[in-house]
Amino acid sequence: MPLSSVDAAAKRGVAAVQQYSLLSARSLGNLFRRPFYGADIITQADLIGVGSLPIVILTGFFTGGVLALQSASTLAQFGAAAITGQLVSFSMIKELGPVLTSLMVSGRNASGMASELGSMMVTEQIDAMRALGTDPLKKLVMPRIVATIIMLFFLTIVSDAVGIMGGAVVAIVMLGQDASQYFHTAYQSLQYADVMQGLVKPLFFGFIIATIGCYYGMNTRGGTQGVGRSTTQAVVVSSVLIIAMDFVISRFMIGIFGR
Amino acid sequence: MPDLALQQDVPESRIHPEAPAVRFEDVSIGFEGKDVLDHISFEVKRGETRILLGPAGVGKSVLLKLANGLFKPDSGRIFVFGYEVSAMSEEDLFRLRETMGIVFQEGALFDSLTVRDNVGYRLMEQHLPDAEIDQRVIEALRFVELEHTLTKFPSELSGGMRRRVAIARAIITKPDLILYDSPTGGLDPITSTTIIELVIKQRDFYGTSSLVVTHRLQDAFMMASHHFNKETGQIEALPEGTTDPSTSFLVLHQGKLVFDGSTHDLVHSDDAFLKQYLA
Repeated sequence: MPLSSVDAAAKRGVAAVQQYSLLSARSLGNLFRRPFYGADIITQADLIGVGSLPIVILTGFFTGGVLALQSASTLAQFGAAAITGQLVSFSMIKELGPVLTSLMVSGRNASGMASELGSMMVTEQIDAMRALGTDPLKKLVMPRIVATIIMLFFLTIVSDAVGIMGGAVVAIVMLGQDASQYFHTAYQSLQYADVMQGLVKPLFFGFIIATIGCYYGMNTRGGTQGVGRSTTQAVVVSSVLIIAMDFVISRFMIGIFGR
Repeated sequence: MPDLALQQDVPESRIHPEAPAVRFEDVSIGFEGKDVLDHISFEVKRGETRILLGPAGVGKSVLLKLANGLFKPDSGRIFVFGYEVSAMSEEDLFRLRETMGIVFQEGALFDSLTVRDNVGYRLMEQHLPDAEIDQRVIEALRFVELEHTLTKFPSELSGGMRRRVAIARAIITKPDLILYDSPTGGLDPITSTTIIELVIKQRDFYGTSSLVVTHRLQDAFMMASHHFNKETGQIEALPEGTTDPSTSFLVLHQGKLVFDGSTHDLVHSDDAFLKQYLA
């Protein structure tokens, strides 16, 4: 019957949200109580942050470059080619830097977390860890959440900087604009609210990436097929949530700062 | 029940010496609307070995995980050394699990850690000195005759060797209760015999209480009909017609316990299912 399947689907959805909330709360609750897995946080920060650096740099550079390229003709129509730097820095710092960096990191790391933890689930390694007296939420999930939030913050800054450089290369080398004017407009037009908006977003996005990746990993069932399903779902769900959360945060920050 | 937090120096298994190692009271559990275990009650006395038989998929592994507190039952109570594991928090269970060892079906070794780190995992989490960890790991690996595999990763070991390393990991803290989940599942007959000999050695040398899940009758009867001779250091068959007195059987069928008794009673049972199962 259609109504019972809707009812069952709704119950499953609510149960999933409950399990996700419990996983996040238990992982971060008592964060500094012993045992504290500081070494695992550093290891994850290296894998997630340093490991994602190449793709973040490439993404940022070409995004900034294509922004300058695509906006050049439109700005020139209004005699506003001189503000290319402002357009690139605004777009990168407020929006494209945080969002595209998060989507790249999500594709790389949410899938990695889901597949690694999912493989451990289906081979009973998680059960073995619990039987040996170690809380898998503190040992495996917490370091990933903390490392992702911290490293995504810095990766976003790198992406913003590289994006502005990419725009500069296009504007100066390909479009013949003045370098001093480009960097001047890029920097002078920025205000505290813009930078705040751009640096608050990665904190939320980092939380989403790690918790979604770990949630699907820790709830994997059904052998290798289940691991594949979890990996795909982790990337899709975290990407969609990042886009949705971006809208919410942008609206919220504009409401507070007025721009 | 005394506060676990106060009993720092006394293993939980010694606090209620009169309590059996394991007691299931009317335990039921189901998954996705299907009943898996239906009002199960049994005991494992101190020093006793109980072999749990049953067809594949009947819920034997679930029963073992319930005993370790990895699952919570839908109804009923489970006691380990007098502590109600079915009502304990995960944090309190971590303390109680120091007195329990469990050998999972496929070994469940951590594949990113070496054999040394796998076997010494619990000791590393307790931040014991490296020298002590190394010494105890070598001792445990010597028991399973694998002391030369310290630096290897699980992927470099055969199935039988992985199972033996899992046994070493389970016994390193000299637990008072060991749970074996199909320790010979998927192994060839010769390797299976090696594993069962280790289980017998652990039973007879240390007198550990154990619950052994298996669907292989030959392994179960080998455990009942052989013993470890401490003088010769060998596994020997018991005299014809005798069985190990500390070993008895449980049989699960369609979620219910259909047999609970000695080897003799199992072999001479008139129950139609048991006769067919043992044939």
